[in-house]
Amino acid sequence: MSFQPVKFYQTGTFTVGNRLLPDGERSVQSTVRRHNSLNSGHRACQGCGEALGARYAIDAAMEVTGGQLIAANATGCLEVFSTPYPETSWQVPWIHSLFGNTAAVATGIAAALRVKGREDVRVVAQGGDGGTTDIGFGCLSGMFERNDDVLYICYDNGAYMNTGVQRSSATPPAARTATTAAVGSTPGNTFGQGKDLPAIAMAHGIPYVATATVSELRDLEAKVRRAMEFRGARYLHILVPCPLGWGHDSSLTIRMARLAHESGIFPVFEAENGEVTGVAKIRRQVPVEEYLKPQKRYAHLFSPRPNEDVIRRIQAQADRNIRRYRLLQDS
Amino acid sequence: MRKPFAITLDPGSSLANHTGSWRTLRPEYLDRLPPCNNACPAGENIQAWLFQAESGDYEAAWRSLVQNNPMPAVMGRVCYHPCEGACNRAQLDSSVGINSVEHFLGDEALRRGWKFDPPAAPTGRKVLVVGAGPSGLSAAYHLARLGHAVEIREAGPMAGGMMRFGIPKYRLPRDVLDAEVRRILDLGVKLTLNAKVDDVMVAKQEGGFDAVFLAVGAHIAKRAYIPANEAAKIMDAVSVLRGMEGADKPLLGRRVVVYGGGNTAIDVARTAKRLGAEEAMIVYRRTREKMPAHDFEVQDALEEGVLIKWLSTIKEAGEGAITVEKMELDAKGVPQPTGEFEKLEADSVVLALGQDVDLSLLDRVPGLEIADGVVKVGANMMTAHPGIFAGGDMVPAERTVTVAIGHGKKAARNIDAWLRGGTYDPGPKHELAAFDKLNAWYYSDAPKTVRPMLDLQKRITSFDEVVLSLDANTALFEARRCLSCGNCFECDNCYGVCPDNAVVKLGPGNRFRFNYDYCKGCGVCAAECPCGAIRMVPEEI
Ligand SMILES: Cc1cc2nc3c(=O)[nH]c(=O)nc-3n(C[C@H](O)[C@H](O)[C@H](O)COP(=O)(O)OP(=O)(O)OC[C@H]3O[C@@H](n4cnc5c(N)ncnc54)[C@H](O)[C@@H]3O)c2cc1C
Ligand SMILES: Cc1ncc(C[n+]2csc(CCOP(=O)(O)OP(=O)(O)O)c2C)c(N)n1
Ligand code: SF4
Ligand code: SF4
Ligand code: SF4
Ligand SMILES: [Mg+2]
Repeated sequence: MSFQPVKFYQTGTFTVGNRLLPDGERSVQSTVRRHNSLNSGHRACQGCGEALGARYAIDAAMEVTGGQLIAANATGCLEVFSTPYPETSWQVPWIHSLFGNTAAVATGIAAALRVKGREDVRVVAQGGDGGTTDIGFGCLSGMFERNDDVLYICYDNGAYMNTGVQRSSATPPAARTATTAAVGSTPGNTFGQGKDLPAIAMAHGIPYVATATVSELRDLEAKVRRAMEFRGARYLHILVPCPLGWGHDSSLTIRMARLAHESGIFPVFEAENGEVTGVAKIRRQVPVEEYLKPQKRYAHLFSPRPNEDVIRRIQAQADRNIRRYRLLQDS
Repeated sequence: MRKPFAITLDPGSSLANHTGSWRTLRPEYLDRLPPCNNACPAGENIQAWLFQAESGDYEAAWRSLVQNNPMPAVMGRVCYHPCEGACNRAQLDSSVGINSVEHFLGDEALRRGWKFDPPAAPTGRKVLVVGAGPSGLSAAYHLARLGHAVEIREAGPMAGGMMRFGIPKYRLPRDVLDAEVRRILDLGVKLTLNAKVDDVMVAKQEGGFDAVFLAVGAHIAKRAYIPANEAAKIMDAVSVLRGMEGADKPLLGRRVVVYGGGNTAIDVARTAKRLGAEEAMIVYRRTREKMPAHDFEVQDALEEGVLIKWLSTIKEAGEGAITVEKMELDAKGVPQPTGEFEKLEADSVVLALGQDVDLSLLDRVPGLEIADGVVKVGANMMTAHPGIFAGGDMVPAERTVTVAIGHGKKAARNIDAWLRGGTYDPGPKHELAAFDKLNAWYYSDAPKTVRPMLDLQKRITSFDEVVLSLDANTALFEARRCLSCGNCFECDNCYGVCPDNAVVKLGPGNRFRFNYDYCKGCGVCAAECPCGAIRMVPEEI
């Protein structure tokens, strides 16, 4: 891991800051000089994980690049809630494109900067899981394959939230969405479909691929920092719980992300040149039920009676992640 | 301004959009009552002084500690630390070693010669304190800081009460006690030794005192009827321990039997060992679980070779031997005789069966209420006689140094209010920061640091102190294990996790503020505050 927790501190450094830490060891988010790239007044829902994840990631990128950053943004919640004409919450040079072509737009910006000899200015592209895994997938794969000098950030909330919670190829199995109703013999989204985009990105052999969640800020910031040490195509996949689409209380956003990691549902790791170089170990392992229960998109798994079979299948997936990425402390 | 094609409005910032209007719940910062503070009989603000110790500012920590308790070096050695029993950290790994940090802070203050803040301006009022035990000393300290003229009259030749004439040196070295007493006297408290008060009404009147605090302790040893022949040597624990302070140490013989199951019995047995007894045996009528002595004290005694005979009573004492009867617990847990007897060798028998209060100085005080041999006091520590307050072992309460010190503080604050013609109002208690108010995920594992102990051989051959202090490093580590229950420790979580940047960081020591123009009331900050210092309350709409 690029992030080393400081041992035996009052609270370790799992918190955002801590008054006792020397300045250099504090997170960007704990400082008053943080950029607030995504500023107040945006129209994201209460407790929006995507708004939080975007500020975490772009603030960290702004910090490492000294403010020399341009962001391209796909259509989706992040664009719609931040920039209803003529207002914007963005405090970075920011370009909106289409739902499906952000990677291509970012490639173009990077090419233009190269031509102008402005390689000090770095480029990020960002979009939701729909824009990334579905409609923007071709552009993204091309960007990887050409190894264009762009950090692509996917904010994964597991569906097309902006248009009313339709299924994407990042929607997890059994989850209810507007297009995967909780009816029939296999209610919710089907098992065995969808795309594991971090793995696909790694298969392109690009310099850097990482996953993160909004529950581990320091890990997330360290990954943005690491990503910026490379030139070429880089991919960061951030799990961002969505109170509206997942149906959990708005106060539980970070908790849901934490449980996704600690249950093994969402493996947090990083990879360089196609090889896993670090994983965020599970500190206090929890059964998947603990993650599933607070979410209304899984309510059909628990009432009228528990659907043991499906819960077992979800647990098996989590267990496979735990094995595959060696997520437990002593593995 | 010329605008591009199809653009009609100037770009603006979303700051114009006050999303605070969406809110139905409002986050609020608050201080909750940490369970340690709640459990401390001396009312220490433990969380607050640990908070200061965490940054290595030991002097500030000590200054905040002594606002409530003037004797941290004594406390760090003899307090039974109920705070640790209540500590939330116990539910994660093990409680914070509050007592050991207090021990370190107390010693550090003595090493560095820190003095108390000077007293408030003189009030012109005079208060008499009877008894220089912990309760009297504590009251004197607080009264002096409030600006009152205080005189302590002590029957004995030295101050300290049971801290000197009960608690053995190997648990409380006398230089430590002396130094902490001296620091209180340095505030201008007058101490008159060898000055037993026989009649408190007379003393009050003759000395022109405006109020009196009584803290005479409980010094009359309780006896049990044991048929004994003349040659049997039977003593009581209080006299034995008191004798340890004089030039001639008590002669206990090679085999010593101590009768009783409290901490005093343990102290006598451990003292006997150190005086050279080959065998020190405690005879107690019930079982280890039922023993009033604390487990850690029993443990220390057993390590030093003290023997304990459970479920036994002494039937008879003769020359060089005693007869004990085996007991059996009945269904209610009460020991019942079995009729089985056993003879044990014993050169002396020490009775450690508790103490009664000598109330003779109160004979002529009208209107007092006395029940079970102790004096009743109200919530303000005042007896039924106006202007006469009492605390410590002589009032109905648990008998510990810490309770006595707590009584002294409480009495002092009430005496002060009473002298000013008002009543003391400590303000409402904060709600408890119970474990379920915390988000414990944020706290990393950190095993408790235990204080070093003197090696066993030295323990049983000398009166050197057994439990040693942490050093600056280990004390710092231990202080940092505190979860800061219910009180912001500036971890920056709320500031970091708000999706709407609606938390304003006010800088070191100043905590945070909500910007209600943008806070949407999601509750993430409250859910992610590790220590439970934020609550969500319904917004008035
Ligand atoms: C052996 C032993 C070990 C103990 N160990 C611990 C321990 O480890 N931790 C703990 O918390 N508690 C311990 N205790 C209990 C603790 O010592 C007492 O609860 C505490 O000292 C009570 O304080 P006090 O101020 O009420 O009375 P005391 O400490 O008894 O002080 C009363 C003082 O008043 C004086 N006095 C009495 N009558 C008069 C008079 N008429 N005029 C003037 N002065 C008078 C006495 O000489 C004495 O100095 C122990 C007790 C004993 C006996
Ligand atoms: C070509 C095209 N098709 C459909 C849409 C409508 N549309 C806008 S955002 C969106 C879904 C966005 O989902 P995702 O990328 O997951 O982002 P989220 O809103 O969940 O953050 C869709 C379908 C569009 N803008 N363009
Ligand atoms: S963790 Fe700290 S504040 Fe909480 S009960 Fe323990 S000592 Fe007190
Ligand atoms: S996290 Fe922010 S928006 Fe949510 S309740 Fe707290 S201050 Fe308000
Ligand atoms: S989250 Fe941290 S900084 Fe905010 S109130 Fe709680 S302890 Fe203080
Ligand atoms: Mg989405």
